[in-house]
Amino acid sequence: MKNLMKSAALLMFLGAPAMADDKMSMMQEVNVGPLKLSDGFAHATLPNQPVAGGFVTITNTGEAADTLIAAQSNLAGVMQIHEMAMQDDTMIMRELEGGLVVPAGETVTLEPGGLHLMFMQLNGPLVDGEDVIVTVTFEDAGDVELTLPVRKKMHGGHGMSHDGDS
Amino acid sequence: MPRLLRIVVPAGALVASAVLVWLAWLQPYLAEEDVLKLGHGDYSLVGTDGQPFTEASLQGAPSAVFFGFTHCPEVCPTTLGDIAGWQDELGDEASDLRVFFVTVDPERDTTEMLGDYVGWVPGVVGVTGDAAEIRAAEKAFRIYSRKIPLSDGEYTMDHSALVLLFDDSGRFVEPIGYQEDLDRALAKLRRLLS
Repeated sequence: MKNLMKSAALLMFLGAPAMADDKMSMMQEVNVGPLKLSDGFAHATLPNQPVAGGFVTITNTGEAADTLIAAQSNLAGVMQIHEMAMQDDTMIMRELEGGLVVPAGETVTLEPGGLHLMFMQLNGPLVDGEDVIVTVTFEDAGDVELTLPVRKKMHGGHGMSHDGDS
Repeated sequence: MPRLLRIVVPAGALVASAVLVWLAWLQPYLAEEDVLKLGHGDYSLVGTDGQPFTEASLQGAPSAVFFGFTHCPEVCPTTLGDIAGWQDELGDEASDLRVFFVTVDPERDTTEMLGDYVGWVPGVVGVTGDAAEIRAAEKAFRIYSRKIPLSDGEYTMDHSALVLLFDDSGRFVEPIGYQEDLDRALAKLRRLLS
């Protein structure tokens, strides 16, 4: 039992640096009207991957709801607002055709595995460590430009760390 | 009347136990028989390694089979990354393991397209072919996929996101779920490869 605790502690200790290692460049927070956009990023693409996901957290400090209705980027022929979900063991994805409502006083998070900005018809790769500029449009607040840092996907803290010596 | 009961009660009990035996034992057993047929069927596809991919491809060495498509922003890249992670963790233990990434979107996923897409993970073979053959393979592997139209003339695919594990005789063993815990996934792979 004592040994088990020790291994668990060791595991936690060993696991910690791996997590701290992932230097994550953060998006500069931007405001448009009463909306605050933060923690944005995009996933780096695999070779030949024609699509990619972009993510951002939107906080509405205003008195009225606003709706994210569009996004565009020089890198993508088309951008849409999508929601992904796992239903049992099936991945389903839907376009939010009416846009994404951000209710007054609330925060909506676009994150991997859920809501995302979908880069489609990419005309180049999204490269880890670079930035991608995206203009998002809200029904009321209008346009705002985001500089999303591009990040490699993380894999449960293990593997893919060819650059480390672990 | 009591004599009649003496017949009816045991007969009822017999029927009830037969139903119980069916529910508890035979029915799951039959379902299991079905599961053992997973991957078996009449389909003829082609791999990015230039080799044909049929039910016979599952024999000879253990394999992991995943269905996906390249226009997939999240699940497919994540799963490929997970597979690369498993290979990293298992090292030489995984040298026998073959990984097949079968497209559910043959319309867009040609062998050229798939080759680069999966090529960065060592040993992963992309598999595509005629739409009818892909549908036949999906049926054989019990994979669900459905084309979902989007605006701007685009479309996406809903699809099952399990990694199916087969032993070296081509028999289905068990699945690894999407984003399943690394240690559990590794334990399943070690069982398969031992």
